[in-house]
Amino acid sequence: MRVLSWLYLAVAYAFVFLPVAVLVAFSFQDGRLPVPPFRGLTLEWYAKVLGNDDLMAALGNSLLVAVVSSAVALSLGFLAAHALARVRLPGSALMRGVLIAPMTVSYLIIALGLLTVFNYFGIRPSLWATGIGHVVINLPLCFAISYAAMGDHQRSAERAARDLGAPEWKVLLLVSAPMLAAPLAAAFFLSVTFSWDEFIIAFLLTRFDVTLPVEIWSMLKSGLSPATNAMGSLVFLVSVTLVILLEILVFRRAK
Amino acid sequence: MTAGVSIQSVFQRYGSAVALDAVSLEIEAGEFVVLLGPSGCGKTTLLNIIGGFAEPTEGRVLIGGRDMAGVAPKDRPTTTVFQDYALFPHMSLRDNVAFGLRMRGVSRAARAARAEAMLALVGLEGRGDRRPHELSGGQRQRVALARALAVEPEVLLLDEPLGALDLKLRRNMQEELKAIQRRVGTTFVHVTHDQEEAMAIADRIVVMNAGRVEDFGPPRQVYLHPKTLFTAGFMGEVNRIPVVGGQAPFGPVPVPDGTLCLRPEAITATGSLHIGLCKVEDAAFFGTHVRVHVAPLTSPDLRLVVHLPQAAVPEVGAVLDLGAEAYVVLQA
Amino acid sequence: MNLAAKDRRLAWGLLAPALIWTGAFFILPFLAMLTLSFAHMDGREVVRGFDPGNYLRIFTDPTMLGALWNSLEITVVVTVISVVLAYPLAAIIAFRVPARWQRLALLMAVLPFWTSYVVRSYSWLLVLGQNGVVNKALLGLGVIAEPLEIASSRAATVIGFVHFFVMLLTLTIYANLIQLSPNYARAAQDLGANRWQTFTHVILPLTLPGVVTGAFLTFVLCIGDYITPQILGGNTELTLPQLIMLQLGRSGNFPLASALSVVLMAVVTLAYFASSRWLRLDRV
Repeated sequence: MRVLSWLYLAVAYAFVFLPVAVLVAFSFQDGRLPVPPFRGLTLEWYAKVLGNDDLMAALGNSLLVAVVSSAVALSLGFLAAHALARVRLPGSALMRGVLIAPMTVSYLIIALGLLTVFNYFGIRPSLWATGIGHVVINLPLCFAISYAAMGDHQRSAERAARDLGAPEWKVLLLVSAPMLAAPLAAAFFLSVTFSWDEFIIAFLLTRFDVTLPVEIWSMLKSGLSPATNAMGSLVFLVSVTLVILLEILVFRRAK
Repeated sequence: MTAGVSIQSVFQRYGSAVALDAVSLEIEAGEFVVLLGPSGCGKTTLLNIIGGFAEPTEGRVLIGGRDMAGVAPKDRPTTTVFQDYALFPHMSLRDNVAFGLRMRGVSRAARAARAEAMLALVGLEGRGDRRPHELSGGQRQRVALARALAVEPEVLLLDEPLGALDLKLRRNMQEELKAIQRRVGTTFVHVTHDQEEAMAIADRIVVMNAGRVEDFGPPRQVYLHPKTLFTAGFMGEVNRIPVVGGQAPFGPVPVPDGTLCLRPEAITATGSLHIGLCKVEDAAFFGTHVRVHVAPLTSPDLRLVVHLPQAAVPEVGAVLDLGAEAYVVLQA
Repeated sequence: MNLAAKDRRLAWGLLAPALIWTGAFFILPFLAMLTLSFAHMDGREVVRGFDPGNYLRIFTDPTMLGALWNSLEITVVVTVISVVLAYPLAAIIAFRVPARWQRLALLMAVLPFWTSYVVRSYSWLLVLGQNGVVNKALLGLGVIAEPLEIASSRAATVIGFVHFFVMLLTLTIYANLIQLSPNYARAAQDLGANRWQTFTHVILPLTLPGVVTGAFLTFVLCIGDYITPQILGGNTELTLPQLIMLQLGRSGNFPLASALSVVLMAVVTLAYFASSRWLRLDRV
């Protein structure tokens, strides 16, 4: 049984890593197509990708949209969670449901809805529009994580702070947020990850300035090329670095 | 069904840390034994070893004369009542209690009947259809007990089962546990850090400290005639007085050298071991007794704790002539 | 104003931004879409009104019904396969891997999660393509004589999906498994259950809610995904999202696209009610 377990683990890892391994391996392909046989190592595709202004611009756009929309989502979600956790309001169960609802709706539908409304009001597709959509998809997540993280320990500290004369905004800034730093940071990083990688909302709500996934999509339309591999590998590397940073900075400290 | 437990020179080591150090015990069949000691003394480790959840680094455990080396928990004639009860939340009380019987292949009708009987034994008659989350802590504890007893184990292991209950409930459960043990006759091995609980329920108490057995005997013996200083201090309050060359700080005493241990309630006006005149430093009424701090006139630096009868009203500064009715001299 | 009322006013103030955002950018758009679904196209103009024509078309047109059926079939197959493959993986990591290495083992199992979703699907194209790694390997080993047509097919779509959702489900199921008190398994064994019985009678039932939650999440994400079927599915059969995008792109038929989206949401809602007995969305 033991042997079977380790065998299953090995096969599972192989399956999970297969496409990524192929992706990274053939990003160094000295040849026109990122498929076997492997002809030799070269960094020319990475150079091409890093020198591609459109791609680099898209990368910057993705980061911008991700960070800004996540910050907004976290702020809104945290404040809402704080309010609902602290005070008994009528219909709070309903409100919680409303705030969490977008999590179960397909991104395509959210995108289409926003597109419909923006068209009606004559708002053009742009990075701002995409950012709005990303806040919609990340707000439920930030709210849920914040709400779940609120506990007696931090509530007592807030009460002490109020007792000592702090106005509510100071309580939030100096007591609540720092005490919940770990889950809030996790929510932020998670939102950044979702936004950074999000395709369909960005696809429908951008026109000239696009995000990275949309730019990569365009690259794909022009056929297979190791350049796409290189871009993908770079994205992978950045994401993994983010995750490792998250692990070191947030999880290790919270232990 | 009952059996004795023989623990022979058991050692438990984790790297350089020693959790159990040469522990040897003979537990009689049908006995209610309590493993008593502070956190980290090894009592839970010992319980886990008896139950089969840990293998000792050295030594043997025999249950009913059979060597339990390499025998998994499911094959041992023991069952355990866990500290958090571990009732299966997705099953009814009846199914919880019948679980062990189901694993043994008992038919549905037979195990339902037995489960109902066990629930009645612990005072939860007729509630077989309820779920664990509907019950209070004390009730869940009883279900855990019923579940463990349903398979008629030879030895029942209890891991601080009363820890989560409030005082009144705990006292009630202690009495019930004792009564149930007498009814079923199974050997009970019960772990606790509460010496009052141990005295309330045990036939014999095993006092443990830092992986060693300090003392082993009936409550009366362990309390009045402790074998080690640790036991004396753990079983209750005790005054420790150094004796060198037949001399205590307050005067000569006809006892061997060592540490003279006097219980507060043993110090009275008529005690035969003469202490002498003592000044009352402070006194507080504790309901069943008056707790008084005194300092012997002949050694004003020494502080003694004395329990005087309820009726006594000592004033601060008053002088009392005291002696001890019972004492023990122990070596460090 | 007394203290309690002040507190409430403050709470409403903190809550309002999130509610307004959700209302304006989620609820309103959805209502707009719903309204639009009852409109129809006249040439390039949208004619508003209460016209269920789009819905009638969806449920009578063979292409559209076909797309709906495809989506359902693929999604159900993907969900089942992914759960069946992910549960043992999560269980092995949770119960067999030593505690110190569990975080690392889990991270390794989901690391490819962090490649861009688009790129990840694309890389399966590389693997399964006619010149891809799988075909080249099979040809080289002599198992087949001609390259297999795996990419651009339903099988490729399923493989691409399963790859993603196995990782997702491993994460969620693992989180569920380690929350279980170890005493449950101990109690079961103590009472005479062997490993298999402990699993079927105790661990599996206790983790079922978590599994159902993960399966529901998989269902929602899979049925609404445009990327994977578009890259890996070939053009022989369409899924619902592909159909929706087609309406947007080619003819700019917003009303029909909206109607299709509403149908998609209805399917997801049905799935929600079907699994609501075990579902606990706040505890993914």
